[in-house]
Amino acid sequence: MTSGLWDLVLKGIWTTIQLLVFSALLAATVSFVVGVARTHRRWIVRFLAGFYTEVFRGTSALVMIFWVFFVLPPAFGWQLVPMWAGTLALGLTYGAYGSEIVRGALKAVDPAQQEGGIALSFTPWQRMRLILLPQAVPEMIPPFSNLLIELLKGTALVSVMGMGDLAFSGNLVRLALQESAEIYTYLLLIYFVIAFLLTRVMRGLEKKLKAGVGKAPQRGVAAHELKRAETTGVSGGGVA
Amino acid sequence: MKWDWNAVSDFMPHFWDGLLVTLQALALGSLISFALGLVWALLMRTPTRWVRWPVGVVTEFVRNTPLLVQLFFLFYVLPEWGVTFSALTTGVFAIGLHYSTYTMQVYRAGIEAVPAGQWEAATALNLPRVRTWQVVILPQAIRRVIPALGNYVIAMLKDTPLLMAITVLEMLGQARLYSQEHFQFTEPLTVIGVAFIVISYLASLLLRALERRLVH
Repeated sequence: MTSGLWDLVLKGIWTTIQLLVFSALLAATVSFVVGVARTHRRWIVRFLAGFYTEVFRGTSALVMIFWVFFVLPPAFGWQLVPMWAGTLALGLTYGAYGSEIVRGALKAVDPAQQEGGIALSFTPWQRMRLILLPQAVPEMIPPFSNLLIELLKGTALVSVMGMGDLAFSGNLVRLALQESAEIYTYLLLIYFVIAFLLTRVMRGLEKKLKAGVGKAPQRGVAAHELKRAETTGVSGGGVA
Repeated sequence: MKWDWNAVSDFMPHFWDGLLVTLQALALGSLISFALGLVWALLMRTPTRWVRWPVGVVTEFVRNTPLLVQLFFLFYVLPEWGVTFSALTTGVFAIGLHYSTYTMQVYRAGIEAVPAGQWEAATALNLPRVRTWQVVILPQAIRRVIPALGNYVIAMLKDTPLLMAITVLEMLGQARLYSQEHFQFTEPLTVIGVAFIVISYLASLLLRALERRLVH
């Protein structure tokens, strides 16, 4: 491969990372807002949040991307820059998966903690901020870490829309060289390295957060696996 | 926003064709992922690390890289090596392989959840190793993991649109084709979006019923 083609790949990596960061931020915001809303006192708030989760989790991320790129512009008369359209589609979809993680972690906090807060006459917002979230957030990190990897894999989908991310640059190189084994091997390796780094970062974060509440990070994935599918990205179950 | 019901009814025949392909890919992909995942899980229990280590690395690699790039890899690289499959076959195999790295973890959890007493009883009865797996461990392990496997079938359903990228005309492929021919994007894309929601919602209800029967 020539250096010009490598430049193309580097640009692709940069686009992929930008897209990953933006959509991870959007997804995290959506997960917390929707996840907390699903524990709200009013049923209508719980219902709307549950409806959102079901709709965005029920459909495919790629279909959502097509929808944002092709249906939104004529419907509302404005068009998003590809980067923001991709961010929107990925953030909303993966945010719906994330909201399940937030909800699950909030539900897993010992009810006595909640009752203690009520006994001390904390307001609901204070209970959430001072009691529930500090204990729930460290538990969310391992499933969020899995979801982040899923999101990284999801960013490759925007290449179908012609956005110049890593997967797209791979296709350009294939067309230029008329040869695909080499470039696709590099591509897979690059994605793997990014995923590996992300896992490391998330593991460090988990360690730090759990130390804050006096716990050791969890080891041994297997025992959680049967539960995992329900709480992380790739699940179907769970109604409003 | 304007909505054209005529476009919907024009699109419907294509939709059914696409649905058929989607379901075919889903069924075959699931079968491959169930079988291959079990193979990985069993290989990870072999005593020598010379088997466990490569299997672990390969499956970790496949799990952490995008399915889309794996599809491209199989679709464009295999012909260079002189192996040619149809696009659908390639896609089905890629999906099956990708998800086998997930189902492998499910199987592993199921196998580890079988109580140690079952192993000990099998040893006490002097059952040979193969027989222990066949009649004692796997029947109990697999029963436990069916709901978790079902979740991955739903996840696989939502990844079948990726096959469009390698020219398979499944639901999204049909919708795109129709959109480009008639320049009407809203209706076909919305129809298949709703179809995905409905199918995965029904599947999750079905799964919940199955879970109640099997686990409790």
